[in-house]
Amino acid sequence: MANTREIKEISKRIKRDVIQLTSKNTGHPGGAIGAADIIAELYFNRLHHRPSQPDWEDRDRFVLSNGHICTALYSAMARSGYFPIEELWTFRKLNSRLQGHPSRHDLPGLETSAGPLGQGLSIANGMALANRLRGSDAKIYCLVGDGEIQEGQVWEAAMTAAHHHLDKIALIVSWNDIQIDGHVKDVMNIEPIAEKFKAFGWHTLEIDGNEVNEIKMAFDQFEQNTGAPTAIIAKTVIGKGVSFMEDEAIWHGKAPSAEEATRALEEIGTSSFGTELITER
Amino acid sequence: MTKAKSGRDGFGKALLELGEENQNVVALCADLAESVRVEAFAEKYPERYFQIGISEQDMIGTASGLALSNYIPFATTYAVFAAQRANEQIRLAACYNQANVKIAVSHAGLTCGEDGATHQALEDIASMRAMPEMTVIVPADENEAYEATKASTEWMGPVYLRLGRTPVPIVTNDTSPFQIGKARTIKNGTDVSIFACGIMVERALQAREQLASAGINASVINIHTIKPLDKEAIINEAQQTGCVVTAEEHSVIGGLGGAISELLTEEFPVPVHKVGTNDTFGESASPEELLEKYGLTTDKIVTACKKALGQKEQFLVRERS
Repeated sequence: MANTREIKEISKRIKRDVIQLTSKNTGHPGGAIGAADIIAELYFNRLHHRPSQPDWEDRDRFVLSNGHICTALYSAMARSGYFPIEELWTFRKLNSRLQGHPSRHDLPGLETSAGPLGQGLSIANGMALANRLRGSDAKIYCLVGDGEIQEGQVWEAAMTAAHHHLDKIALIVSWNDIQIDGHVKDVMNIEPIAEKFKAFGWHTLEIDGNEVNEIKMAFDQFEQNTGAPTAIIAKTVIGKGVSFMEDEAIWHGKAPSAEEATRALEEIGTSSFGTELITER
Repeated sequence: MTKAKSGRDGFGKALLELGEENQNVVALCADLAESVRVEAFAEKYPERYFQIGISEQDMIGTASGLALSNYIPFATTYAVFAAQRANEQIRLAACYNQANVKIAVSHAGLTCGEDGATHQALEDIASMRAMPEMTVIVPADENEAYEATKASTEWMGPVYLRLGRTPVPIVTNDTSPFQIGKARTIKNGTDVSIFACGIMVERALQAREQLASAGINASVINIHTIKPLDKEAIINEAQQTGCVVTAEEHSVIGGLGGAISELLTEEFPVPVHKVGTNDTFGESASPEELLEKYGLTTDKIVTACKKALGQKEQFLVRERS
């Protein structure tokens, strides 16, 4: 079991990859950096999975619903052994398995394609129903963005998960209060989030999504919860750890310049899991 | 032609049997269990039946999640609520994921009748056909719906199975097994080829009889699979007769007629006349009244055949001169 310090180091590693990938290509750095702590804990501590056998039937599943933050997922997958690290460099390039938004058919280990917002939880529900049918206790972790829950389908799926008592599902809302057009509360207010999920029949937890200890405790709690799905409302900061990106809407979808990327890498700092940049192929 | 039942009845019967035959078959419904004939399955196999409520987008996603976990889900609702309302979910969760989801929809076309335009799916074939990975099947009668449901279970990948509400006489009596993607010739002919699907196959057969009394020998081919289209059979027919009529309970834009026109303009250009609704919504009335008003009739097929024949003659004259 990876301890808090190790997960923090892995998170730095993921953030470095995200910055490098988005700086040279295109993509969405802010939300990916903000969710790196959650994804690090999932891939390097929590998920029962076999990177060398991605279709192992009893695996826990991670469903990324807000597909635009896939650089963090690709980094975690590569660094946990799903595919060669150098392949990260193909992100958003012709013939790559690492599409701009995840393409399940192209890359083994991805549980679903994603991009159009609001669809992940429905798919997670289907996976949880399947697990129940076959008598598996495997868990499903689904990550959504906060702006994403403006999509009505999220609430349809929230009803379904509660109605069918899908207690092996953890929905993590990365609540960074940023969407393309500005702060979520200004574009279309989604608060109060926890109360909404509670009203829909969910267990709810509110945590600081950039504090690894709190993430660990929330997942521990989820594993104990029964009878209803668990919503973890995780307050995150877009671009966390990069001073000029933090809480700035522009970094939802902007690629950093070479100079900005260098500065960002310096601010994030080195990691015991490697500081080297991915080699260009 | 024998007893009249509907496509959805054939589906319900096959699904019930599949429950016994294949433990991986599951069914989902969006609050229309009786209408889509999934009720018997739900009663017999409650653990493999999932009521999702009035949320078709969520249902398609949930079905896809089941499919990605190696089950074979049949997601059921009305055609218009699947193909139109849950269009993007079908595109991403089912097709882009290459998920083995069967979308079995009832009340397609005009013949859901009195419910009116909001409940009539006249554009669904066009939108489903345009999606990569999707297979589109439009059975002609109860028997064929039964066969198509069974065949869908053996077929890998997303399938859109378009079923009708109203009873139709049994028009398929093939002794050869139903095969997805293989057209069924019901009657051979030499002058004009009528390609039909769904409830219009019956009308195409009636049109053939009328044409025969006018000395015209038409073939009737049941194109139950709109995608993948049986290109070989269609091109062969066009080569035999030199002119074509299509008939479908769907808009003439983008459906069976569209698919055949696209194929023949590239492979063997001949006159193609399309019978279907003409870029319009429907309205409330009885199925028969609607078919009459919107031109989905035997007479219209006959007229279209004569037009196609006339054009063929003109082409021949031009070629000779």
